[in-house]
Amino acid sequence: MFVALLLVLVTLGSVAFHFWSPWWWTEVASNWGNIDGTIVLTFWVTGAVFVAVCLFMAYCVWKFQYDPNRKAEYKPENTKLEWILTIFTAVGVGALLAPGLIVWNKYVTVPEDVVDIEVMGQQWYWNYRLPGEDGILGLTDLRNITDDNPFGINLDDPNGLDDILIQADDLHVLIDQPIKVNLRSIDVLHDFYIPQFRAKMDMVPGVVTYYWFTPIRTGNFDILCMEYCGTGHYAMRGRVLVDELSDYEEWLSEQMTFEEMIASNGKTDLIKLALNKKGE
Amino acid sequence: MAADSYEDIAVDKGDVIPALEVPPQELYHAKSFWTKWIFCQDAKVIGIQYSITAIAIGLVALVLSWLMRLQLGFPELFPFLGAAEYYQFVTMHGMIMVIYLLTALFLGGFGNYLIPLMVGARDMVFPYVNMVSFWVYFLAVLVLVASFFVPGGPTGAGWTLYPPQAITSGTPGGDGLGIILMLISLSIFVVGFTMGGLNYVITILQARTRGMTLMRMPLTVWGIFTATVLALFAFPALIVSCIMMTLDNLLGTSFFMPAIVEFGEQTEYSGGSPILFQHLFWFFGHPEVYIVALPAFGIVSDLISVHARKNIFGYRMMVWAIVIIGGLSFVVWAHHMYVAGMNPWFGYFFATTTLIIAVPTAIKVYNWVITLWRGNIKLTIPMLFALGFIVTFVNGGITGLFLGNVIVDVPLSDTYFVVAHFHMVMGIAPVLVVFGAIYHWFPLITGRLLHEGMGRFHFWVTFLGSYAIYFPMHYLGFVGVPRRYFEMYDSEFMAVSTNYLNQFITVVALIVGFTQILFLYNIITSSKFGKKADKNPWKACSLEWRTPEVPPTHGNFGKELPVVHRWAYDYSVPGATDDFIPQDIPASQVPNAEVEKT
Ligand code: HEM
Ligand SMILES: [Cu+2]
Ligand SMILES: [Cu+2]
Repeated sequence: MFVALLLVLVTLGSVAFHFWSPWWWTEVASNWGNIDGTIVLTFWVTGAVFVAVCLFMAYCVWKFQYDPNRKAEYKPENTKLEWILTIFTAVGVGALLAPGLIVWNKYVTVPEDVVDIEVMGQQWYWNYRLPGEDGILGLTDLRNITDDNPFGINLDDPNGLDDILIQADDLHVLIDQPIKVNLRSIDVLHDFYIPQFRAKMDMVPGVVTYYWFTPIRTGNFDILCMEYCGTGHYAMRGRVLVDELSDYEEWLSEQMTFEEMIASNGKTDLIKLALNKKGE
Repeated sequence: MAADSYEDIAVDKGDVIPALEVPPQELYHAKSFWTKWIFCQDAKVIGIQYSITAIAIGLVALVLSWLMRLQLGFPELFPFLGAAEYYQFVTMHGMIMVIYLLTALFLGGFGNYLIPLMVGARDMVFPYVNMVSFWVYFLAVLVLVASFFVPGGPTGAGWTLYPPQAITSGTPGGDGLGIILMLISLSIFVVGFTMGGLNYVITILQARTRGMTLMRMPLTVWGIFTATVLALFAFPALIVSCIMMTLDNLLGTSFFMPAIVEFGEQTEYSGGSPILFQHLFWFFGHPEVYIVALPAFGIVSDLISVHARKNIFGYRMMVWAIVIIGGLSFVVWAHHMYVAGMNPWFGYFFATTTLIIAVPTAIKVYNWVITLWRGNIKLTIPMLFALGFIVTFVNGGITGLFLGNVIVDVPLSDTYFVVAHFHMVMGIAPVLVVFGAIYHWFPLITGRLLHEGMGRFHFWVTFLGSYAIYFPMHYLGFVGVPRRYFEMYDSEFMAVSTNYLNQFITVVALIVGFTQILFLYNIITSSKFGKKADKNPWKACSLEWRTPEVPPTHGNFGKELPVVHRWAYDYSVPGATDDFIPQDIPASQVPNAEVEKT
């Protein structure tokens, strides 16, 4: 009796906690609200199974308590029942998988009208690069990285000169503008994650990974590094500020291009080098 | 359905004595104290040696978890506990729990003790190799422990040891001996395991007693058997990745190391692939989950059946489910890598295979609870742990459906949702089975019962406590709290109340932790002063309880090996006087028992 009761309490307590505890995900700030949808669906389907199994078990424990004068039923198999349960489970699993894969398909299919930006991780902070006026990110090579060229931009590639380099915690993005974040790391694994955007992807040295999203409301959002990257992992923070157009442009006008940066360092020979390649 | 219907497999008609297929084995007899207790070749003693070592090192992992929890709940409490230490604790805790405790305990401990007894053999087929296996494992543990004492301390790379960070200077132990000792210790572990594992598999295939067909083996043996086969296929991936990483580290090769800039310095590495390591690691790591889970599945099936006085429901389906889960576990590994930067198209494949695994797993759960239906349930301590296991396992299993479904994993991966999920499913659930199994087989091993009151207290605190730790923790993951974070600071997306939740979890974790000390106390005192047990106190059918002496002595079965006439689950057979018919009882001794046709 006591045991059955506690099993019921654990089950119902879990359900109650689910509905009444204050801890739930943050309000979504990107187009990935349908990821939340798949989670809610999964909750209903699996939650029902959890409650059913646990309550059934509690019932059995209560109903079939040991009695020396009684014998348990002897029924080793019941093929029909086993098949019904198998099919029932397969249908449930299919109902979770199908919508999941549809949303995943959206996640990995980058739309045409995105703006490319780059987020570069290094122990233990973030750098950002915007494509500049030509709309194209210049090519990079990690071997080019020096104090004067922190992103390792390829001087052979003229598209790099107007790239806007941001070596600060804050990244501003424009509301309702679909963005493809190209993710790059120069040392170890990192992962660029903003809880309110839902999307995430590891950054792996040697390859460029990506994901895309559209910010749908203005505000300041914490960036967390979500892949363990050494002692400073927990402190690898940053911020994304989603702006309306005027604020965004104001911020953008204050940022430096690669060209301006080299010039300010007095390394004009580098610019010449790059411009020579461009054929000017 | 004549030929393969259930009762043809389960029970001999009449008193047939199946032929002997493999000649009896010469037994090794120890002569001195050293060969009897230290370099012992008796699988039972080796099993105990494995168990004691595993539990001892497991206690270290438990203490580390307290320190981590204290940091997470009360960050100001220990100013000397810094980020580097925290990460070292996380790493060592995870690695010890998964490999050195659970794998060693289930396969080396329970496997050694139970396999020969349950299949009716006198010992493992290669007793000498078996002995060496334990000492190699012991050496692996010593190397692991040594890494705590080297300059720079143990590795803090996370139990997944991902490169590049595992061997770079920004990670605790990454540029010193810590990581090297870890890799060496793991390699030694794999060597030791392979010796033991081959033994378990061959013993089960070759040394079963007469009449013990595969489809009559207790599910415990099936679980351990399949897990061992998985391990024999999976551990090679671990050992090669350990060796390759050691080469990257010591000789400057670039298997896993691309060109990187380490704190402003260009390095010599170039062209290696960190993701390759992740594939190798999880090709081992995912089956590893089942290496821990399958023995637990098997054992819990037997606990439920014995203590509910009812045959396990759908035995054949249970066997096939174990085998299918084992097979599928080799094609799901990349579900740990959905957001690792691999080709996104893999997501479709691995999400599908992962969710397919849910089907045989769910069948197992159904069959456990259906076994309770119309049973005659004794709420003994092993049964309580089995019930606790089902609740935790179902809970952990359904959160697996979240994480396996690739898009749902995107926001949840690397959050506390994951920490909660894997603790439920491969931490707490198997540990509850370990406890249940210890309460169940303690009378066999020592001839005494564990103290009942302490046992019940232990169960309730452990079960309710760990549920209270991990159930709410999922919701921290929804909020977005990342795992492997030494400290959260003030983060806008987190309400202040999450800190209270963290404090609550810490307090409960400490209570649960200390209760395990009580359990150890119970084991130690009861093995000396506990109540004497009957020979077969739970009235179980399987052969381990049918030895002439309890605890079983060297050679297990006295003069004659038992002959098996039925499956391991003849509980409450209609017509029989007792509510159980042991496996070695022929039909002629239970004339009235009738086996129902299915
Ligand atoms: C009540 C007992 C336990 C407590 C309180 C506990 C607590 C913790 C904590 C606080 C972490 C670190 C979380 C983070 O910062 O990311 C952790 C990680 C981990 N635990 Fe446990 N744990 C317990 C039992 C177990 C068991 C039995 C296992 C066996 C499977 C286990 C396996 C792991 C693993 C694999 C990790 C991940 C390590 C990593 O991130 O590299 N734990 N545990
Ligand atoms: Cu990080
Ligand atoms: Cu897995």
